[in-house]
Amino acid sequence: MAVAALPGEAGPDVDRTSLKTKLRRAERVNRARSFSLVAPLLLFVLAVFALPIGLMLVRAVENTEVRETMPRTIAALDGWDGQATPGEDVFAAFADELVQTQKDRTTALVGKRINYEVPGARSRFLKAGRLVDAGGGGPWREKFLAADPEWGSVEFWAIMKRAGATFTPYYLLTSLDLRQDAQGAVGRNFADQSIFVDIFFRTIWISLLVTLATLVLGYPVAHLLAILPPRHANVLMILVLLPFTTSILVRTTAWIVLLQSNGVLNDILLALNLTTERVQLIFNRFGTVLAMTHIQLPFTILPIYSVMKSIPPSHLRAARSLGAGPLTAFVSVYMPQTLPGVGAGCLLTFILSLGYYITPALVGGPQDQMVSYFVALYTNREMNWGQASALGAILLLITLALYALFNRLVGIDKVKLG
Amino acid sequence: MKLPVSASESFVEFAGVQKSYDGEVLVVKDLSLRIRRGEFLTMLGPSGSGKTTTLMMLAGFETPTSGDIMLDGARIDSLPPEKRNIGMVFQNYALFPHMSVAQNVGYPLKVRGLPKAEIAERVAKALDMVHLGSFAARMPGQLSGGQQQRVALARALVFEPKLVLMDEPLGALDKQLREHMQMEIRHLHERLGITVVYVTHDQSEALTMSDRVAVFNAGIIQQVAPPAELYESPANSFVAQFIGENNRLPGRIEAANGTLCSVVLANGDVVTATLTDAARVGEDCLLSIRPERVKIAPPGGPLDNHFEAVVAEMIYLGDHVRVRCVLDSGADVVVKVGNVEDRPVFAVGSRIPLGWRAQDCRALDAA
Repeated sequence: MAVAALPGEAGPDVDRTSLKTKLRRAERVNRARSFSLVAPLLLFVLAVFALPIGLMLVRAVENTEVRETMPRTIAALDGWDGQATPGEDVFAAFADELVQTQKDRTTALVGKRINYEVPGARSRFLKAGRLVDAGGGGPWREKFLAADPEWGSVEFWAIMKRAGATFTPYYLLTSLDLRQDAQGAVGRNFADQSIFVDIFFRTIWISLLVTLATLVLGYPVAHLLAILPPRHANVLMILVLLPFTTSILVRTTAWIVLLQSNGVLNDILLALNLTTERVQLIFNRFGTVLAMTHIQLPFTILPIYSVMKSIPPSHLRAARSLGAGPLTAFVSVYMPQTLPGVGAGCLLTFILSLGYYITPALVGGPQDQMVSYFVALYTNREMNWGQASALGAILLLITLALYALFNRLVGIDKVKLG
Repeated sequence: MKLPVSASESFVEFAGVQKSYDGEVLVVKDLSLRIRRGEFLTMLGPSGSGKTTTLMMLAGFETPTSGDIMLDGARIDSLPPEKRNIGMVFQNYALFPHMSVAQNVGYPLKVRGLPKAEIAERVAKALDMVHLGSFAARMPGQLSGGQQQRVALARALVFEPKLVLMDEPLGALDKQLREHMQMEIRHLHERLGITVVYVTHDQSEALTMSDRVAVFNAGIIQQVAPPAELYESPANSFVAQFIGENNRLPGRIEAANGTLCSVVLANGDVVTATLTDAARVGEDCLLSIRPERVKIAPPGGPLDNHFEAVVAEMIYLGDHVRVRCVLDSGADVVVKVGNVEDRPVFAVGSRIPLGWRAQDCRALDAA
């Protein structure tokens, strides 16, 4: 038939849709397959990394102690005007719930929470617990005030009321050396509790020192690695990677052996008459930066090396042939091309250094402990997980902020890890 | 080795230069070569023949193990590369990726401490020269291969060096662009009157561009000659083989008569050939005949040699047809037949008469 469409002219629209559908179907299988390959790791990371971090961040503002144990006291405080000592209804609810917490042995827990903001509150709670255990019934207001006039403090009850909220800024504020007074205004924390800003700055400063030291020491090594013939470069590479084969703990302990007052280095210095008395090389800033630099060196060297490896040697030759001396050629042609590697190596070392714990704890003095040390302290010893979480959250925030700043200044797309 | 360029004419001179990297093998063996001012000299040879090493010694990136290199009458052996004032174009252009085109071209002027205004002016002039005036602000990564090549060229010329070295500069370009750039470099050379030493392994590139070609093999210059001489009268069988296509007939020189000699092939056939310095009477030799000089012609014409051969293969190449024939001695002979309207057509397996002149058939060393 003359009108019948030739095979080549068959309706293009129909063809195209079926082609799209086919393509989508074909790609769906591929996508499902590649997703199934990453799924185990993804689930693993979500379950053991992302989820705990999320929970940790929530703990920084979570505030369940008072709310869960004394809901009726908190409800009664809702109606309180905050001008004078609360009335009998509040005290009655409080005494009632104390009876229950005494049974559950949670009085100390609530007391501890209030104690963060009102020093001495914990022992007062324990005393009050014994008071209600003695029985006798109300009116409780007079009984409490007679036992301790502090129970009449308007400030105490204001803080008690605030402690009943679901979320609290207390831990985050404390981490920034700030406090909320009874009226809720934010101001500087008491001098004896204002330690954290210093610690954050100290953490950043030590990390910067370590980053700078690894760069100064590592850059020439990376260059040597990149220009040596493969046979020698391999040996050097093994030497660079050797520290990875030993645990951080062992390496840090080795520094203690080397650097302590009766250690090898001091013996050598004395034997060479370089000093007349033993030098303090450890348990101070010097030892901390030294040991951390040692551990971080490969992290700085490797990205720089891999970028240097990709710079053709003809660039330096071209610069020389164009009239630049060896130094000028190196500075104006070679070094700018290594910047992506320098950026990657330094960023890696800096961010890893921010989280150091065990090394400063072992070879540093009290003035060299970094944020992680206090996170561990609050987690393990003080059992104040809210504070630990708040410190961790702020450290995370600082890291992200510095990363963003780096991205603005250098551009993360220009960074090459290899 | 003869030096066809006299000492007074010479601008670049290699005198007895040797180079060894490991103290055992000589990469360059006793190199003596003079290059005229304004000459375009190409070093041609297979990889590993020592041509790039020679260039690097001239540029100052390698030091000769022995011998002298003179530039414009002065020894430069101990001068570092940056003091030699030699422009160089590298194989992969070696453009600095973190600098714009203008900064790249301005680099040699900047390190020489020239004032900014003058740098800008000379950079603009150099870029115009290579037709890239409007690309000054681009980064090298945004340019095509040919454009990068031209930037590298402008950069090597902008500081007006007397000598420019080029190390296989067109190797990375496709065929058409390569041929175009060959002419462009050739014209720049003519216009600026600079001396160019060019390294390549591409014989057609060497023939098109150069005033003279130095053919390297195994660290030794095999022949230095203008392209026509190199092609027409190769000094030895390596050159004959390396430059252009070549029919090779192994034989033995029986007798010589002035410039001519008679050579006996494996089956006893006798060929009249031109005797060269590379071969001796009584010794084995290799006869070299260019395919376009072999004629399909019956005996009785003006040709000195006549043989019959069997057509083994016909290869159609558009402008010509290659006919591969086998002589009775067993040697292959390729004949180029121009694709003209009355071109003869042969059946594979048929016998055809071949002939060539004695001066087109050179008796060279058997190696």
